[in-house]
Amino acid sequence: MIRVVLPAQLRTIIHTEQEVELDIVGQPTQRSVIDALEARYPALQGTIRDPATQKRRPFVRFFACENDLSHESPDQPLPDAVAGGTEPLFIVGAMAGG
Amino acid sequence: MSGVRVLVGTRKGAFVLTSDARRQTWDVDGPLFAGWEIYHVKGSPADPDRLYASQSTGWFGQLIQRSDDGGTTWETVGNQFPYDGVPGTHQWYDGTPHPWEFARVWHLEPSLTDPDTVLAGVEDAALFRSTDAGASWHELSGLRCHGSGPSWQPGAGGMCLHTVIVDPTNAQRIFVAISAAGVFRSDDGGETWLPANRGLRSEGIPDEDAEVGHCVHRLAMHPSRPDVLYMQKHWDVMRSDDAGDSWQEISGDLPTDFGFAIEVHAHEPDTVYVVPIQSDSEHFPPDGKLRVYRSRTGGHDWEPLTNGLPQAHCYVNVLRDAMAVDSLDACGVYFGTTGGQVYASPDAGDTWAPIVRDLPSVLSLEVQTLP
Repeated sequence: MIRVVLPAQLRTIIHTEQEVELDIVGQPTQRSVIDALEARYPALQGTIRDPATQKRRPFVRFFACENDLSHESPDQPLPDAVAGGTEPLFIVGAMAGG
Repeated sequence: MSGVRVLVGTRKGAFVLTSDARRQTWDVDGPLFAGWEIYHVKGSPADPDRLYASQSTGWFGQLIQRSDDGGTTWETVGNQFPYDGVPGTHQWYDGTPHPWEFARVWHLEPSLTDPDTVLAGVEDAALFRSTDAGASWHELSGLRCHGSGPSWQPGAGGMCLHTVIVDPTNAQRIFVAISAAGVFRSDDGGETWLPANRGLRSEGIPDEDAEVGHCVHRLAMHPSRPDVLYMQKHWDVMRSDDAGDSWQEISGDLPTDFGFAIEVHAHEPDTVYVVPIQSDSEHFPPDGKLRVYRSRTGGHDWEPLTNGLPQAHCYVNVLRDAMAVDSLDACGVYFGTTGGQVYASPDAGDTWAPIVRDLPSVLSLEVQTLP
């Protein structure tokens, strides 16, 4: 079971204040987690990844275990603590503005 | 009893304001989609319970929301706006070629007759249509590809297609306006397009009366007289009596002819409203006085409407899609400001009062007249 913490604006879209729990078959990666997330919540399609390129949107970041995973390959296995559900994967809107 | 529903898009969510036909007391619902920029919310003329909303942020892109119950509940629908074919380039601010890139939906224009059909004007400028209630969107690429597209340049707010008007007597005729390309007209339902900018003069472009390149801010039409169009251009208030084939200036005695919004009275095709703004670098009303100007003669002669509007120290702006009218017997006029005020006049502009004063900056405002 994977735990995912979404930013407030995306929680608004799927009408939840809670972190999301996903079951992933096989070794979880950024790609497989977002695939599962979009499958459960189609409204999130295009909000985390560019719909045309499937690349991470420029102002979206992926954090876990106090590390920034944003620039890792989307097919890189997520840390064991995330895969085991003891730590969440944070999907974050990058800080911007005044 | 009939009433009105005012749909307000702001920088940080949408608000729905409702009143009975007296328009004296208001219920305020919102924010909907809190934290998101709502560029536009508009209801279907064919089914007032069907609403469409454009929701976006720079972080998470574009969403389209649809309501089938007048805004009580919403569901996300299709948010893919793929340009047709290889999009090519337009000009960037510095004159270099820049790839066409989808940024957001500025304006949603539901069909006059079919609640499931809606047009979307987007940035970078293009027109899309959905015939399945927003589930999927297809570009009407004859506009972007008609020939002048590679020469279009963005205005300061981006290269946006911000105005879409369908002729109520002829669904094949569509007008759009693009900043900063100008007006385009289709007479075949959006398949092919021609520029409709003859008579416009813009000092900020190399050829002042060029076929395209004018920063048109907004168009307005009265449904009973669809060949007459009114325009607020970057500078100049203009009028066409031949469906955009030619334009004449009607700025007349306005204190400044810069502005964004323009609207027509619901029952008087020659009564027009604008909100003069000081200049393109000073986006606030002249002298700190928020004044709507009304012409009852189709232009040239304008009167300031000030009763109930702040007449000192007011430095807000009224954006292009933030003014609308209702169609009750005494026409109501409404506008929202970048300071978060929404003003209403239940008597065609003679008197004004704020419905709300402290919303986020208002991007758009539409009005539904309910049975």
